[in-house]
Amino acid sequence: MSDKGSIYRISGPVVTVTGIDAKMYDVVRVGDEGLMGEVIELHGEKAVIQVYEDTSGIRPGESVINTGDTLSVVLGPGLLTQIYDGIQRPLKVLEEKMGVFITRGVDADGIDMEKIWEFKPVVAVGDEVSSGQVIGTVQETETIEHRVMVPLGKGGVVKEIKGGEFNVTEIICTLEDGSELAMLQRWPVRSPRPYIQKYAPDTPLVTGQRILDFLFPLAKGGTAGIPGPFGSGKTVIQQQLAKWSDAQIVVYIGCGERGNEMTEVLTEFPKLIDPNSGKPLMNRTVMIANTSNMPVAAREASVYTGVTIAEYYRDMGYDVALMADSTSRWAEAMREISSRLEEMPGEEGYPAYLSSRLAEFYERAGRVETLSGADGSISIIGAVSPPGGDISEPVSQGTLRIVKVFWGLDAGLARQRHFPAIAWLSSYSLYPATLDQWYRDNVATDFPEVRTKISSLLQVESELQEIVQLVGSDALPIDQQLTLEVARMIREYFLQQNAFHDVDTYSNLDLQYKMAAAILSFQENAKLAIDAGAMLEDVVNVPARTDLLRGRFEEGYGERIDELVANMNKQIADAAGAEN
Amino acid sequence: MSGKEYRTITDVKGPLVFLNKTDPVAYGEIVSLRLSDGSIKNGQVLDTSDDMVVVQVFEGTAGIDRKTGIQFMGDVFKLPVSKDLIGRILTGAGKPRDGGPEIIGEFNADIIGAAINPYSRESPEVFIQTGISAIDCCTTLVRGQKLPIFSASGLPHNDIALQIARQAKLIDSDEQFIVVFCAMGITAEEYNYFRHDLERTGALENAVLFVNLADDPAVERLITPRLALTTAEFLAFEHDYHVLVIYTDMTNYCDSLRQIGAAREEVPGRRGYPGYMYTDLAMLYERAGIVKGKKGSITQFPILTMPGDDITHPIPDLSGYITEGQIVISRELHQKGIYPPINILPSLSRLMNAGIGDGKTREDHKSVSDQLYAAYAQGRELRGLVAIVGEDALNERDLQLLKFSDIFEDTYLRQDRDEDRSITQTLDMAWDILTNIDTKYLVRLDQKWIDKYHPTDKK
Ligand SMILES: Nc1ncnc2c1ncn2[C@@H]1O[C@H](COP(=O)(O)OP(=O)(O)OP(=O)(O)O)[C@@H](O)[C@H]1O
Ligand SMILES: [Mg+2]
Repeated sequence: MSDKGSIYRISGPVVTVTGIDAKMYDVVRVGDEGLMGEVIELHGEKAVIQVYEDTSGIRPGESVINTGDTLSVVLGPGLLTQIYDGIQRPLKVLEEKMGVFITRGVDADGIDMEKIWEFKPVVAVGDEVSSGQVIGTVQETETIEHRVMVPLGKGGVVKEIKGGEFNVTEIICTLEDGSELAMLQRWPVRSPRPYIQKYAPDTPLVTGQRILDFLFPLAKGGTAGIPGPFGSGKTVIQQQLAKWSDAQIVVYIGCGERGNEMTEVLTEFPKLIDPNSGKPLMNRTVMIANTSNMPVAAREASVYTGVTIAEYYRDMGYDVALMADSTSRWAEAMREISSRLEEMPGEEGYPAYLSSRLAEFYERAGRVETLSGADGSISIIGAVSPPGGDISEPVSQGTLRIVKVFWGLDAGLARQRHFPAIAWLSSYSLYPATLDQWYRDNVATDFPEVRTKISSLLQVESELQEIVQLVGSDALPIDQQLTLEVARMIREYFLQQNAFHDVDTYSNLDLQYKMAAAILSFQENAKLAIDAGAMLEDVVNVPARTDLLRGRFEEGYGERIDELVANMNKQIADAAGAEN
Repeated sequence: MSGKEYRTITDVKGPLVFLNKTDPVAYGEIVSLRLSDGSIKNGQVLDTSDDMVVVQVFEGTAGIDRKTGIQFMGDVFKLPVSKDLIGRILTGAGKPRDGGPEIIGEFNADIIGAAINPYSRESPEVFIQTGISAIDCCTTLVRGQKLPIFSASGLPHNDIALQIARQAKLIDSDEQFIVVFCAMGITAEEYNYFRHDLERTGALENAVLFVNLADDPAVERLITPRLALTTAEFLAFEHDYHVLVIYTDMTNYCDSLRQIGAAREEVPGRRGYPGYMYTDLAMLYERAGIVKGKKGSITQFPILTMPGDDITHPIPDLSGYITEGQIVISRELHQKGIYPPINILPSLSRLMNAGIGDGKTREDHKSVSDQLYAAYAQGRELRGLVAIVGEDALNERDLQLLKFSDIFEDTYLRQDRDEDRSITQTLDMAWDILTNIDTKYLVRLDQKWIDKYHPTDKK
């Protein structure tokens, strides 16, 4: 046995090698072209390797070399604004090296090794530093300060530390024990990075999406699953979160999805302004794009590459949001590799370890005390693409057992162009109880009560709808007809939100609250008017109500809404007056 | 290359041949099989090791026995590509079918095709006017998109595909599309229908046809779309053409895929289709688009027939997860005598937003199309209710919506097979039919567009 072996068998992305001395997850170079692969199974003297590039044309007998490394990402300034494939090769560099089509056998560093950064130490000679502690900073992008940390396993008294201009491989700090530190670090993607402890999340990840923030909020450090059939809006929600959520860092993983969707993000984000920082959104974003037609083994790896980068920024004390679109494609990559390994399949052909892999992945979310004592978080939002939209399948079920927020998308709503097509009766969030205090303190003292009123109206509507299906709405008593109108208003005015409309795409929490309150105010005033003899038709159709509804598409709605509500209520009262 | 011929077949199973005792054979290598009667079949290596090689035979394994001689050709499957392909009709394996000469390629292109680097793509955003209102207004097509037609047996998907092929144009340029047509397992009758229409309109001279019919080898269908797409890429990215690829029927392609999977005794996925069918289809559909620095483009129109009219069947389902929307043909509308029977509700164009609006189609387009959808969706839902409780139980708003849904189908959807509506006509007609609903109920319309375009309520 040696660090060199030879190919025995090739079956798609899976290659079997004999005569090689290898450990699990060692990175190897396969064949004459040196394609990158990873050891995923050991069988007597054979090692089974998943190859991250296309294997056509490779023959048995070609050599395989063990690099002895495990699959790792490089970490340091220069990650932000990048777009990578599943194994952290910058797509821009790949384009320079091989043109617009991705061929194979090309290596590329995850970050630019030559680029010069201005390093500012925050510790001094003689200070005692430990693993994970911040020793200095670099302004990585306009908005994000990169905090350079002592690599794991290192620590001691600082012997020398230099401020000034360095590339990521130059030595910036020496410790008494002789360790030399540069800005560049590596981390094996399949191992979670350590932290001191996990905290319970207590702050919402504000997304500007009304149905999410108001009814089904996600906490910073929380987990959410978005199952839905094709075309129901998973990607749009993920992109909305990548754009508007108040995370400081966004890691967006396009895992086995469309090429054009990645291009869209790439062209749009540099132009979009982050409402929280006022700077282009690209400044806080890292993208991983391993599209559906790129090698499946690299798709399998992409999720780990992404979450490791997210952990690295979390360790600096940032709130990171990670979107994985779609985790089903990741699971399918596992299934494909597993079936090539002729493993005993579990449900629907997925490997038996599917649910533990899903759990391990979401477990890397959370709000933590970092090694340096800071507070950082990763929120994970995973899209799920169930076959035929039926969530009884293994990936949906495995996800729902773990995540705390379920945004279930409904094909029927999407068909009616009710977007976001989140089914309000079946979706849930387990966070409201922990977040209520935050909402009371930061938005309105009665925020939770308003939310409860809105959701119970929707509940009542669904019960009334069953009757309407049988007898028509005119047969209902007038107060129930009013309830239906109010519920319609909740759906059409509040829950629906057009992601492609410049104004409607984002509502801050204050506006969300005011819109919800406007609905309740309509309900109250309409009821009074009807009790005083007004016709439901007349109350619903007062022109000022239409102004209130349509106004949400106009700039400055937040400032005008109080006045619009007052006008509506006045006209409603007049409608009652006219009857008497 | 290599002249060595092996006679070491151990097993033959379905479309697969297993043999041993070979020199190292490459994964994906092309294979030539010489039968005892002297005829030649072709295949490709699916699995290779020191002990065993598995070959998938495109023409089927009938007539193969232990004495069959096998030669490995030293290379993966390549297609000679040349501009001379334009105007030609080829078999599903890329051989002349029109009696013309063999194609001499400018070079030989690997038919698997490499993935386009997502960083190197350009966003498709140029509106293609098809002249069909349901598509142009509601599921707008843009250049570089992949937009399948989800149909079912007995529905006029071919007419729609042909009408699109005839009428597709850009609004402010007269650039022509080259059509690459790829038939997989369709009947000779269907094929002739396509060919005659292309001939009639003169489009054949600007088309390349790859034809695998129902009685041609089933496994060959796995190659045919790859030949078509390789040709499309060559024309688009080497010669600046805008290419429209129409392939039909994807359902037959998927069935061939299932056949191979079964022969390899793979663990089947849903309904027996292989677990990797998503990835396999993506390797076809993702070969659409526009790339930086190249003038041409590839727009794809795959046609598939949904078994049992079931949109959740794995073939439409996995396709829908990859393509950028879908046009769904409805049996119900067809039975009502409406052509084109496009049900806009489950139909969708995901790239529509990039291709419409001011300077592209018209500023009110998005608003109008949202409103049509919403009104039609509600109107259709009310039909169900009326069937139970009668129209009397409906209020004014609901009555208007109900009536609207009929008018929409009868005058807006319905058009002739050669009726080519401009986008302005399409949008104006939409406003016209929306006058059947009181403006106060048209909540999806921006006030400013009502003020400007509403036929009776404009300012
Ligand atoms: N919030 C929204 N506002 C307006 N339109 C929306 C919204 N959400 C979704 N859509 C519409 O629905 C279409 C499909 O959405 P999206 O691409 O996100 O679906 P998906 O669930 O990711 O599908 P797939 O699983 O096939 O990737 C979009 O192209 C857009 O037209
Ligand atoms: Mg999507």
